[in-house]
Amino acid sequence: MSKRVIVIGGGVAGMQTAATLAGLGIHPVIIEKGDRLGGKLLNWHKLFPTFTPAGEVLDTLRRQLKDVEIMTNTEVKRIEQSGVVLNDGRLLVSDAVVVCSGFDIFRAEIKEEYGYGIYDNVYTTVDIERMLNEGKVHTADGHIPERIAFLHCVGSRDEKVGQKHCSRVCCITGVKQAMELKELFPQSEIYNFYMDIRMFGPGYEEMYRQAQEEFNIHFIRGRISEASETIDKRVQIKAEDTLIGRPLKMTVDMLILIVGMKAGASNDRFAENRGIELYPSHFIRPRNQFVDNICSSAGNIFYAGTVTAPKNVGESLNEGVAAALRVSKYLED
Amino acid sequence: MVQFGYNISQPRAINMDKNDMMISQKILRTMPELQTCIACGSCTATCTAGAITSFNFRKVHTLVRRGEYKGAYEEMNKCMLCGKCRLSCPRGINTRGVVMLIKQELGEYR
Repeated sequence: MSKRVIVIGGGVAGMQTAATLAGLGIHPVIIEKGDRLGGKLLNWHKLFPTFTPAGEVLDTLRRQLKDVEIMTNTEVKRIEQSGVVLNDGRLLVSDAVVVCSGFDIFRAEIKEEYGYGIYDNVYTTVDIERMLNEGKVHTADGHIPERIAFLHCVGSRDEKVGQKHCSRVCCITGVKQAMELKELFPQSEIYNFYMDIRMFGPGYEEMYRQAQEEFNIHFIRGRISEASETIDKRVQIKAEDTLIGRPLKMTVDMLILIVGMKAGASNDRFAENRGIELYPSHFIRPRNQFVDNICSSAGNIFYAGTVTAPKNVGESLNEGVAAALRVSKYLED
Repeated sequence: MVQFGYNISQPRAINMDKNDMMISQKILRTMPELQTCIACGSCTATCTAGAITSFNFRKVHTLVRRGEYKGAYEEMNKCMLCGKCRLSCPRGINTRGVVMLIKQELGEYR
Protein backbone atom coordinates (compact mmCIF):
# COMPACT_ATOMS: atom_id res chain seq x y z
CA MET A 1 0.00 0.00 0.00
CA SER A 2 1.32 3.43 -0.89
CA LYS A 3 2.19 5.80 1.90
CA ARG A 4 -0.08 8.73 2.66
CA VAL A 5 1.27 12.28 3.00
CA ILE A 6 -0.79 15.29 4.03
CA VAL A 7 -0.01 18.55 2.25
CA ILE A 8 -1.36 21.52 4.19
CA GLY A 9 -2.32 24.29 1.78
CA GLY A 10 -3.22 24.26 -1.89
CA GLY A 11 -1.23 27.23 -3.14
CA VAL A 12 1.61 26.90 -5.63
CA ALA A 13 3.96 25.23 -3.13
CA GLY A 14 1.32 22.72 -2.01
CA MET A 15 0.25 21.93 -5.56
CA GLN A 16 3.84 21.38 -6.66
CA THR A 17 4.58 19.22 -3.60
CA ALA A 18 1.51 17.05 -4.20
CA ALA A 19 2.22 16.70 -7.92
CA THR A 20 5.80 15.61 -7.23
CA LEU A 21 4.75 13.18 -4.50
CA ALA A 22 2.15 11.62 -6.79
CA GLY A 23 4.82 11.21 -9.45
CA LEU A 24 6.96 9.33 -6.92
CA GLY A 25 4.15 6.86 -6.25
CA ILE A 26 3.19 8.36 -2.91
CA HIS A 27 -0.41 9.19 -2.02
CA PRO A 28 -0.73 12.92 -1.25
CA VAL A 29 -3.79 14.59 0.25
CA ILE A 30 -4.07 18.36 -0.18
CA ILE A 31 -5.98 20.11 2.59
CA GLU A 32 -7.08 23.56 1.45
CA LYS A 33 -9.01 25.99 3.61
CA GLY A 34 -10.47 27.86 0.64
CA ASP A 35 -12.97 26.47 -1.82
CA ARG A 36 -10.45 25.83 -4.59
CA LEU A 37 -6.74 25.34 -5.22
CA GLY A 38 -4.44 28.16 -6.25
CA GLY A 39 -3.83 30.19 -3.10
CA LYS A 40 -2.75 33.79 -3.49
CA LEU A 41 -2.23 33.40 -7.24
CA LEU A 42 -5.99 33.09 -7.74
CA ASN A 43 -6.22 36.83 -7.19
CA TRP A 44 -3.09 37.78 -9.08
CA HIS A 45 -3.08 39.12 -12.62
CA LYS A 46 0.41 38.74 -14.05
CA LEU A 47 3.73 37.60 -12.62
CA PHE A 48 7.05 39.48 -12.62
CA PRO A 49 9.41 39.74 -14.39
CA THR A 50 7.92 38.14 -17.50
CA PHE A 51 4.30 39.32 -17.22
CA THR A 52 3.17 35.69 -17.39
CA PRO A 53 -0.54 35.41 -16.52
CA ALA A 54 -0.87 33.84 -13.05
CA GLY A 55 -3.61 31.58 -14.40
CA GLU A 56 -1.15 29.97 -16.81
CA VAL A 57 1.03 28.77 -13.93
CA LEU A 58 -1.99 27.48 -12.03
CA ASP A 59 -3.34 25.64 -15.08
CA THR A 60 -0.03 23.82 -15.53
CA LEU A 61 -0.02 22.80 -11.87
CA ARG A 62 -3.68 21.74 -11.90
CA ARG A 63 -3.10 19.44 -14.86
CA GLN A 64 -0.55 17.51 -12.79
CA LEU A 65 -3.02 16.93 -9.96
CA LYS A 66 -5.57 14.78 -11.78
CA ASP A 67 -5.38 11.79 -9.46
CA VAL A 68 -4.60 13.66 -6.27
CA GLU A 69 -7.01 13.61 -3.34
CA ILE A 70 -8.06 17.18 -2.48
CA MET A 71 -10.06 18.34 0.53
CA THR A 72 -11.27 21.92 0.13
CA ASN A 73 -13.01 24.10 2.72
CA THR A 74 -11.03 22.19 5.34
CA GLU A 75 -8.70 23.74 7.86
CA VAL A 76 -5.98 22.15 9.93
CA LYS A 77 -6.03 22.92 13.62
CA ARG A 78 -2.99 21.04 14.91
CA ILE A 79 -0.15 18.95 13.56
CA GLU A 80 0.64 15.79 15.51
CA GLN A 81 3.17 13.01 15.05
CA SER A 82 0.50 10.67 13.69
CA GLY A 83 -1.15 13.17 11.33
CA VAL A 84 -3.22 16.34 11.50
CA VAL A 85 -6.26 17.35 13.53
CA LEU A 86 -8.85 19.26 11.54
CA ASN A 87 -10.97 22.14 12.84
CA ASP A 88 -13.92 19.79 13.29
CA GLY A 89 -11.79 17.60 15.56
CA ARG A 90 -11.23 14.74 13.12
CA LEU A 91 -7.74 13.20 13.09
CA LEU A 92 -6.34 12.44 9.63
CA VAL A 93 -3.62 9.84 9.95
CA SER A 94 -0.59 10.13 7.65
CA ASP A 95 3.01 9.01 7.34
CA ALA A 96 4.32 12.53 6.84
CA VAL A 97 3.08 16.13 6.67
CA VAL A 98 4.29 18.91 4.37
CA VAL A 99 3.31 22.36 5.59
CA CYS A 100 2.67 24.66 2.62
CA SER A 101 0.32 27.06 4.34
CA GLY A 102 1.99 30.17 2.95
CA PHE A 103 1.74 33.72 4.24
CA ASP A 104 -0.90 36.32 5.04
CA ILE A 105 -1.04 39.69 3.34
CA PHE A 106 -0.21 42.60 5.62
CA ARG A 107 -3.36 44.55 6.44
CA ALA A 108 -2.76 48.08 5.23
CA GLU A 109 -5.41 49.52 7.59
CA ILE A 110 -2.88 49.04 10.39
CA LYS A 111 -0.73 51.80 8.89
CA GLU A 112 -3.47 54.26 9.68
CA GLU A 113 -1.42 57.28 8.59
CA TYR A 114 -1.88 56.23 4.94
CA GLY A 115 -5.66 56.21 5.21
CA TYR A 116 -6.39 52.84 3.62
CA GLY A 117 -10.08 52.11 4.13
CA ILE A 118 -10.61 55.74 5.15
CA TYR A 119 -9.82 57.73 2.01
CA ASP A 120 -11.44 56.80 -1.30
CA ASN A 121 -8.33 56.73 -3.44
CA VAL A 122 -5.88 54.73 -1.35
CA TYR A 123 -5.38 51.20 -2.66
CA THR A 124 -3.13 48.21 -2.03
CA THR A 125 -1.21 46.16 -4.57
CA VAL A 126 -3.79 43.41 -4.00
CA ASP A 127 -6.59 45.79 -5.03
CA ILE A 128 -4.67 46.71 -8.18
CA GLU A 129 -4.25 43.05 -9.18
CA ARG A 130 -8.00 42.58 -8.76
CA MET A 131 -8.73 45.74 -10.76
CA LEU A 132 -6.35 44.60 -13.51
CA ASN A 133 -8.10 41.22 -13.59
CA GLU A 134 -11.47 42.91 -13.87
CA GLY A 135 -10.08 45.25 -16.49
CA LYS A 136 -11.30 48.21 -14.44
CA VAL A 137 -8.52 50.39 -13.13
CA HIS A 138 -9.68 53.91 -12.29
CA THR A 139 -10.11 56.27 -9.38
CA ALA A 140 -12.99 55.80 -6.95
CA ASP A 141 -15.24 58.09 -9.00
CA GLY A 142 -14.35 56.38 -12.27
CA HIS A 143 -11.72 58.77 -13.65
CA ILE A 144 -8.45 57.94 -15.36
CA PRO A 145 -5.65 58.77 -12.89
CA GLU A 146 -3.25 61.48 -14.03
CA ARG A 147 -0.81 61.07 -11.19
CA ILE A 148 -0.20 57.86 -9.26
CA ALA A 149 2.10 57.23 -6.30
CA PHE A 150 3.26 53.82 -5.13
CA LEU A 151 4.61 53.41 -1.62
CA HIS A 152 7.04 50.56 -1.03
CA CYS A 153 7.57 48.68 2.26
CA VAL A 154 4.06 48.97 3.75
CA GLY A 155 4.22 46.33 6.46
CA SER A 156 7.85 45.48 5.76
CA ARG A 157 10.97 46.56 7.64
CA ASP A 158 8.68 48.34 10.05
CA GLU A 159 9.17 47.67 13.72
CA LYS A 160 6.11 49.78 14.57
CA VAL A 161 3.81 47.10 13.16
CA GLY A 162 5.86 44.11 14.32
CA GLN A 163 7.18 43.41 10.84
CA LYS A 164 10.95 43.69 11.09
CA HIS A 165 11.65 41.52 8.08
CA CYS A 166 11.91 42.40 4.39
CA SER A 167 9.14 40.80 2.32
CA ARG A 168 11.48 40.70 -0.70
CA VAL A 169 9.01 40.41 -3.56
CA CYS A 170 7.17 43.70 -3.05
CA CYS A 171 9.89 45.86 -4.65
CA ILE A 172 9.57 44.08 -7.95
CA THR A 173 5.77 43.93 -7.59
CA GLY A 174 5.72 47.72 -7.27
CA VAL A 175 7.86 48.08 -10.36
CA LYS A 176 5.68 45.59 -12.28
CA GLN A 177 2.42 47.33 -11.38
CA ALA A 178 3.91 50.76 -12.14
CA MET A 179 4.76 49.49 -15.63
CA GLU A 180 1.31 47.94 -16.08
CA LEU A 181 -0.41 51.19 -15.08
CA LYS A 182 1.88 53.25 -17.29
CA GLU A 183 0.92 51.00 -20.17
CA LEU A 184 -2.77 51.55 -19.40
CA PHE A 185 -2.36 55.29 -18.89
CA PRO A 186 0.62 56.50 -20.95
CA GLN A 187 -0.16 60.14 -20.10
CA SER A 188 0.02 59.60 -16.35
CA GLU A 189 2.95 60.43 -14.10
CA ILE A 190 3.93 57.59 -11.82
CA TYR A 191 6.10 57.98 -8.72
CA ASN A 192 7.47 55.15 -6.60
CA PHE A 193 8.48 56.14 -3.07
CA TYR A 194 10.99 53.68 -1.66
CA MET A 195 13.47 53.17 1.18
CA ASP A 196 15.71 50.73 -0.69
CA ILE A 197 15.03 48.98 -3.95
CA ARG A 198 15.94 45.31 -3.59
CA MET A 199 16.00 43.52 -6.92
CA PHE A 200 17.11 40.02 -5.94
CA GLY A 201 15.87 37.86 -8.78
CA PRO A 202 16.98 37.13 -12.31
CA GLY A 203 15.79 39.83 -14.68
CA TYR A 204 14.50 42.02 -11.86
CA GLU A 205 17.21 44.66 -12.00
CA GLU A 206 16.83 44.80 -15.77
CA MET A 207 13.09 45.31 -15.33
CA TYR A 208 13.68 48.11 -12.79
CA ARG A 209 15.94 49.83 -15.25
CA GLN A 210 13.42 49.38 -18.05
CA ALA A 211 10.75 50.94 -15.83
CA GLN A 212 12.98 53.98 -15.34
CA GLU A 213 14.40 54.40 -18.79
CA GLU A 214 11.60 53.24 -21.09
CA PHE A 215 8.51 53.79 -18.95
CA ASN A 216 9.71 57.06 -17.37
CA ILE A 217 8.64 55.95 -13.90
CA HIS A 218 10.02 58.27 -11.24
CA PHE A 219 11.64 56.78 -8.16
CA ILE A 220 11.90 59.02 -5.11
CA ARG A 221 13.88 57.80 -2.14
CA GLY A 222 11.86 58.55 0.96
CA ARG A 223 9.08 56.94 2.89
CA ILE A 224 5.74 58.73 2.77
CA SER A 225 5.05 59.92 6.31
CA GLU A 226 1.34 60.61 5.98
CA ALA A 227 -1.49 60.94 3.52
CA SER A 228 -4.53 63.17 3.70
CA GLU A 229 -7.56 63.61 1.52
CA THR A 230 -8.18 66.82 -0.41
CA ILE A 231 -11.64 68.29 -0.88
CA ASP A 232 -11.85 66.74 -4.37
CA LYS A 233 -11.00 63.28 -2.97
CA ARG A 234 -7.42 63.24 -4.20
CA VAL A 235 -4.64 62.23 -1.83
CA GLN A 236 -1.96 64.60 -0.61
CA ILE A 237 1.23 62.90 0.46
CA LYS A 238 4.28 64.09 2.34
CA ALA A 239 7.73 62.59 2.24
CA GLU A 240 11.34 63.62 2.34
CA ASP A 241 13.33 63.36 -0.84
CA THR A 242 16.27 62.00 1.11
CA LEU A 243 18.65 62.28 -1.83
CA ILE A 244 18.10 66.02 -1.83
CA GLY A 245 17.51 66.41 1.88
CA ARG A 246 14.32 68.42 1.60
CA PRO A 247 10.69 67.65 2.39
CA LEU A 248 8.45 67.05 -0.59
CA LYS A 249 4.71 67.05 -1.05
CA MET A 250 2.38 66.27 -3.91
CA THR A 251 -1.23 65.46 -4.63
CA VAL A 252 -2.03 62.24 -6.46
CA ASP A 253 -5.17 60.67 -7.91
CA MET A 254 -4.30 57.23 -6.57
CA LEU A 255 -2.02 56.17 -3.73
CA ILE A 256 -1.09 52.51 -3.95
CA LEU A 257 0.37 50.81 -0.88
CA ILE A 258 2.75 47.98 -1.72
CA VAL A 259 1.83 45.59 1.08
CA GLY A 260 4.26 43.05 2.47
CA MET A 261 4.08 39.44 3.59
CA LYS A 262 3.05 38.61 7.12
CA ALA A 263 3.66 35.21 8.69
CA GLY A 264 0.63 32.96 8.29
CA ALA A 265 -1.76 33.13 11.24
CA SER A 266 -1.79 29.32 11.44
CA ASN A 267 1.97 29.19 12.14
CA ASP A 268 1.41 29.90 15.84
CA ARG A 269 -1.04 26.98 16.10
CA PHE A 270 1.28 24.64 14.24
CA ALA A 271 4.16 25.60 16.53
CA GLU A 272 2.35 23.97 19.44
CA ASN A 273 3.96 20.85 18.03
CA ARG A 274 7.38 20.60 19.68
CA GLY A 275 9.06 19.79 16.37
CA ILE A 276 8.00 23.12 14.80
CA GLU A 277 9.85 26.29 15.71
CA LEU A 278 9.21 29.91 14.80
CA TYR A 279 11.41 32.86 13.93
CA PRO A 280 10.72 36.09 15.86
CA SER A 281 8.80 37.13 12.70
CA HIS A 282 6.53 34.08 13.30
CA PHE A 283 7.51 32.51 10.02
CA ILE A 284 8.44 28.86 10.63
CA ARG A 285 12.11 28.22 11.25
CA PRO A 286 13.42 25.17 9.41
CA ARG A 287 15.87 22.79 11.11
CA ASN A 288 18.69 24.75 9.53
CA GLN A 289 18.88 27.28 6.76
CA PHE A 290 21.14 25.33 4.43
CA VAL A 291 21.01 21.58 3.88
CA ASP A 292 17.76 21.08 5.85
CA ASN A 293 15.93 24.26 4.92
CA ILE A 294 12.71 22.37 4.17
CA CYS A 295 12.87 20.10 7.23
CA SER A 296 11.57 20.47 10.77
CA SER A 297 13.11 19.03 13.93
CA ALA A 298 10.33 16.44 13.93
CA GLY A 299 11.33 13.76 11.46
CA ASN A 300 8.10 13.51 9.50
CA ILE A 301 7.16 17.20 9.11
CA PHE A 302 8.46 19.15 6.12
CA TYR A 303 7.98 22.65 4.69
CA ALA A 304 7.66 24.23 1.28
CA GLY A 305 7.05 27.80 0.16
CA THR A 306 6.40 30.99 2.05
CA VAL A 307 5.51 29.31 5.31
CA THR A 308 9.19 29.62 6.23
CA ALA A 309 10.00 33.04 4.73
CA PRO A 310 8.89 35.45 2.00
CA LYS A 311 9.66 33.89 -1.40
CA ASN A 312 8.72 34.36 -5.02
CA VAL A 313 6.68 31.85 -7.01
CA GLY A 314 9.70 30.15 -8.58
CA GLU A 315 11.38 29.57 -5.23
CA SER A 316 8.17 28.20 -3.74
CA LEU A 317 7.80 25.80 -6.67
CA ASN A 318 11.39 24.60 -6.22
CA GLU A 319 10.79 23.94 -2.55
CA GLY A 320 7.72 21.88 -3.46
CA VAL A 321 9.92 19.52 -5.45
CA ALA A 322 12.64 19.50 -2.81
CA ALA A 323 10.22 18.76 0.04
CA ALA A 324 8.57 15.94 -1.90
CA LEU A 325 11.95 14.31 -2.55
CA ARG A 326 12.91 14.57 1.12
CA VAL A 327 9.56 13.07 2.11
CA SER A 328 10.15 10.21 -0.28
CA LYS A 329 13.62 9.57 1.17
CA TYR A 330 12.21 9.71 4.70
CA LEU A 331 9.49 7.18 3.85
CA GLU A 332 12.03 4.79 2.33
CA ASP A 333 14.29 4.81 5.38
CA MET B 1 7.12 100.36 11.64
CA VAL B 2 9.18 98.84 14.41
CA GLN B 3 11.26 95.93 13.17
CA PHE B 4 11.63 93.17 15.72
CA GLY B 5 13.93 91.11 13.55
CA TYR B 6 11.28 88.51 12.69
CA ASN B 7 10.26 87.54 9.21
CA ILE B 8 8.25 84.81 7.50
CA SER B 9 10.24 81.76 6.44
CA GLN B 10 9.57 80.34 3.02
CA PRO B 11 8.38 76.73 3.07
CA ARG B 12 11.25 74.35 2.40
CA ALA B 13 9.13 71.57 0.94
CA ILE B 14 9.44 70.68 -2.72
CA ASN B 15 5.88 71.24 -3.90
CA MET B 16 5.30 68.93 -6.83
CA ASP B 17 1.82 70.40 -7.33
CA LYS B 18 3.17 73.90 -7.95
CA ASN B 19 6.46 73.13 -9.67
CA ASP B 20 6.47 73.43 -13.43
CA MET B 21 7.45 69.94 -14.55
CA MET B 22 7.60 70.80 -18.26
CA ILE B 23 11.35 71.43 -18.43
CA SER B 24 12.10 68.41 -16.27
CA GLN B 25 9.93 66.23 -18.49
CA LYS B 26 11.63 67.57 -21.60
CA ILE B 27 15.06 66.79 -20.14
CA LEU B 28 13.96 63.24 -19.31
CA ARG B 29 12.48 62.75 -22.76
CA THR B 30 15.76 63.82 -24.34
CA MET B 31 17.91 61.70 -22.02
CA PRO B 32 15.72 58.98 -20.46
CA GLU B 33 18.86 57.29 -19.09
CA LEU B 34 19.00 60.01 -16.43
CA GLN B 35 16.00 58.30 -14.77
CA THR B 36 18.17 55.24 -14.11
CA CYS B 37 20.40 57.12 -11.64
CA ILE B 38 20.60 55.07 -8.44
CA ALA B 39 22.18 57.90 -6.48
CA CYS B 40 25.37 55.99 -5.74
CA GLY B 41 27.26 59.28 -5.68
CA SER B 42 30.32 58.06 -7.54
CA CYS B 43 29.99 61.00 -9.97
CA THR B 44 30.10 63.45 -7.09
CA ALA B 45 32.88 61.57 -5.31
CA THR B 46 35.15 61.68 -8.35
CA CYS B 47 34.19 65.21 -9.41
CA THR B 48 37.14 67.53 -10.03
CA ALA B 49 34.98 70.61 -9.52
CA GLY B 50 33.35 69.10 -6.44
CA ALA B 51 36.76 68.76 -4.82
CA ILE B 52 37.25 72.52 -4.75
CA THR B 53 33.68 73.92 -4.82
CA SER B 54 30.31 72.97 -3.36
CA PHE B 55 29.21 71.48 -6.71
CA ASN B 56 27.21 68.26 -6.29
CA PHE B 57 26.15 66.90 -9.66
CA ARG B 58 23.91 64.17 -8.27
CA LYS B 59 21.98 66.57 -6.08
CA VAL B 60 21.57 69.22 -8.78
CA HIS B 61 20.18 66.85 -11.40
CA THR B 62 17.86 65.28 -8.80
CA LEU B 63 16.52 68.75 -7.95
CA VAL B 64 16.02 69.48 -11.64
CA ARG B 65 14.08 66.21 -12.03
CA ARG B 66 11.75 67.38 -9.22
CA GLY B 67 11.14 70.70 -10.97
CA GLU B 68 13.48 72.73 -8.73
CA TYR B 69 15.37 74.75 -11.32
CA LYS B 70 16.53 77.74 -9.31
CA GLY B 71 20.29 78.00 -9.25
CA ALA B 72 20.77 74.76 -11.22
CA TYR B 73 22.25 76.55 -14.23
CA GLU B 74 24.81 78.37 -12.07
CA GLU B 75 25.68 75.13 -10.31
CA MET B 76 26.18 73.27 -13.59
CA ASN B 77 28.48 76.08 -14.70
CA LYS B 78 30.94 74.91 -12.05
CA CYS B 79 31.47 71.73 -14.08
CA MET B 80 34.70 71.70 -16.09
CA LEU B 81 33.47 68.89 -18.36
CA CYS B 82 36.44 66.68 -17.54
CA GLY B 83 34.22 63.59 -17.86
CA LYS B 84 35.53 61.57 -14.90
CA CYS B 85 31.95 61.16 -13.67
CA ARG B 86 30.99 59.47 -16.91
CA LEU B 87 33.78 56.94 -16.45
CA SER B 88 32.62 56.08 -12.94
CA CYS B 89 28.84 55.95 -13.50
CA PRO B 90 27.69 52.30 -13.00
CA ARG B 91 24.49 52.95 -14.97
CA GLY B 92 26.39 54.22 -17.99
CA ILE B 93 24.72 57.62 -17.93
CA ASN B 94 26.29 60.23 -20.20
CA THR B 95 26.72 62.58 -17.26
CA ARG B 96 28.60 65.21 -19.23
CA GLY B 97 25.71 65.18 -21.70
CA VAL B 98 23.34 65.74 -18.77
CA VAL B 99 25.33 68.79 -17.66
CA MET B 100 25.17 70.26 -21.16
CA LEU B 101 21.47 69.43 -21.55
CA ILE B 102 20.48 70.99 -18.23
CA LYS B 103 22.49 74.12 -19.05
CA GLN B 104 20.85 74.29 -22.45
CA GLU B 105 17.33 73.89 -21.07
CA LEU B 106 17.76 76.16 -18.09
CA GLY B 107 19.87 78.87 -19.70
CA GLU B 108 16.75 81.01 -20.10
CA TYR B 109 15.43 80.14 -16.66
CA ARG B 110 16.56 82.48 -13.91
